[in-house]
Amino acid sequence: MLEIRNLHARVGDKEILKGIDLRVDAGEVHAVMGPNGSGKSTLAGVLAGRPEYVVTEGSVVYRGRNLLDLQPEERAREGIFLAFQYPVEIPGVNNLYFLKAALNAVRAHRGEPELDAIEFTALVRSKMSLLGMDQELLSRPVNDGFSGGEKKRNEIFQMAVLEPALAILDETDSGLDIDALKVVAGGVNALRSPDRAAVVVTHYQRLLNYIVPDQVHVLSDGRIVRSGGRGLALELEEKGYGWLAGAEDNEPARDSRLEARA
Amino acid sequence: MATKASAYLSMVERAQGSHAGEPAWLRDLRGSALAEFRRAGFPTTRHEDWRFTNVAPIGDTPFVEPPPAEVSPDEVARVLVPGVAGPVLVFVDGRFAGKLSTPAPPSGGVTLRPLADALLERPAVLEAHLGRYATVADRPFAALNTASFEDGAIVEVADAAVVEGAIQVVFLSTVTPAPAVSHPRVLVLLGRHSQARVVETFAGLGPTRGLTNAVSEFVLDEGAWLDHVRLQREPGSAFHVGRAQFHVGRAARVSSTALALGGLIARLDTVAVLAGEGADATLNGLYLADGVRLVDNHTDIDHAVPHGTSRQLYKGILDGRARGVFNGRVRVRPDAQKTDARQTNKTLLLSDDAQVNTKPQLEIFADDVKCTHGATVGQLSAEALFYLRARGIGEQDARAMLVRAFAADVTGRIGLDPLRADIDRRLASMLPGGRVAEVVA
Repeated sequence: MLEIRNLHARVGDKEILKGIDLRVDAGEVHAVMGPNGSGKSTLAGVLAGRPEYVVTEGSVVYRGRNLLDLQPEERAREGIFLAFQYPVEIPGVNNLYFLKAALNAVRAHRGEPELDAIEFTALVRSKMSLLGMDQELLSRPVNDGFSGGEKKRNEIFQMAVLEPALAILDETDSGLDIDALKVVAGGVNALRSPDRAAVVVTHYQRLLNYIVPDQVHVLSDGRIVRSGGRGLALELEEKGYGWLAGAEDNEPARDSRLEARA
Repeated sequence: MATKASAYLSMVERAQGSHAGEPAWLRDLRGSALAEFRRAGFPTTRHEDWRFTNVAPIGDTPFVEPPPAEVSPDEVARVLVPGVAGPVLVFVDGRFAGKLSTPAPPSGGVTLRPLADALLERPAVLEAHLGRYATVADRPFAALNTASFEDGAIVEVADAAVVEGAIQVVFLSTVTPAPAVSHPRVLVLLGRHSQARVVETFAGLGPTRGLTNAVSEFVLDEGAWLDHVRLQREPGSAFHVGRAQFHVGRAARVSSTALALGGLIARLDTVAVLAGEGADATLNGLYLADGVRLVDNHTDIDHAVPHGTSRQLYKGILDGRARGVFNGRVRVRPDAQKTDARQTNKTLLLSDDAQVNTKPQLEIFADDVKCTHGATVGQLSAEALFYLRARGIGEQDARAMLVRAFAADVTGRIGLDPLRADIDRRLASMLPGGRVAEVVA
């Protein structure tokens, strides 16, 4: 589904990604872990087409197409979904109006008819109950005045409505309490199917208790330094990132706030 | 005297003949106004109130009086706000068009009269109010209007009357062989504890190149409530200078939204005098300009007595090489303790060549007051744009969505539902990337 080869990218003058190779097949969930500043979010942003990231070398092939040729909206219509680390507040744009425009743009691209207001409302209702979304939040402007947890929940809600082929979660678990974490995980797990895939970017192993990955990759200084199975995540939790070149000393791979709550 | 004014002066002086039959007080009023215009002439950019707005193109254009024009009811219907009950007064090139107007029902507590009728039937009321608020000293365009207005609308709302729907006053300009000038004049008197909505619409029937020089005075007696919308959507080839003057009495409340959507040069002065204790004025505005157009909003809120409240939200969207001006003056007189005044101006620049000059002008002479102001000038948020695109919404649609959201902050506050919907629909087709928004839930 996704094949990344020797990907280099920079922001401004600073090279962040220094040769990433990663292959994600349909039906798989990959976790990308690593310390702060290792390039995890940059990788997610490059895949979604964030304009300020410049790819200097390498290639990304998604479902047989050169992904880097596509505009962000074209990538979304082709089934890529980025759950933002920091979802953007957009005052004045109604949440449901926005989501309906997004869904119909995706549907139009697939040659499917646009959903009318009634069909859309029915779809929203079913996804709302799945994720325990509050109706009141949905009738407000996009993320406007939402708490951190509400914003993340809204990302997963959008993902559930848009049903992407490739979901990329950029530290969606950061700052979430255990209940919200379970909601996020439930949203991802509900989408798991043989023809979909997910890349879960996370600093902490914790989320992977709920979204069990097929593979775990450790990113450090813009490169994947280790790949392995689920056990690698647990090993990281045990040892921290301290053993990696470029990581801060003994930076934990566990979220002590969550540990305290659990 | 500026020589540029001479062509106007001779036009005004010719018109004096047709004013010969008017009562002495009105002839005096006009005479003083003419003297003031003769003294001041057209303002130049050396005049502080006109620093950023060069009206030389207006002074240089040899405007003529408009020839009589025929306008069909269909053309009027297209300008009216659909689905709004209430009387309609139509003016064509500054002249009252009785056949195109809809009178107020006799029992509704509201009386509409063209100026000529009001002079015969309500002389004392007119003398007491006409021109007493929109005074002419140092206001050359108001002086020109007062000296020249040929016709006008006089609206009286009876004490305690609640007007159903809205009173619509429509000023249409027609395409004339040579650029024409009109001086529309409106006086609205709201009786004690009365309630009314008034919609003033200025529109051109085609690519007019004339000057509309309008003055409207609104007088709110004790406890009156006025919801006012001024929709200026003349073509981008026209000149528009306007003044909306509110005199707000004790515990009276005005909410006004000024939509400046058209005009090559469009200048609007909105003035509210909070004359009675507990008076409340909300002045909101939205201004749009593209190409080489210029749109200038000057507001002036005069807190003359204690316990007044004022709120202002002015937002602008400028594209191309357009220029915007916002000058928000708030005066708090020495007696006006417990004044609560807020002012916000936000301008969105859609191109590198568009520019805005924004200036708060707070003159506070009382010590126990709350007065705040803020101004921002910015571009569309790149983060918000990427967020929308990352969900599959095309770049043009995403931009349009963000621009409309910016405008909706002002239009969303319009109280009259059909009017708000009508304006949102019109804006959707005017704003860049415009596609009609359908709002769910």
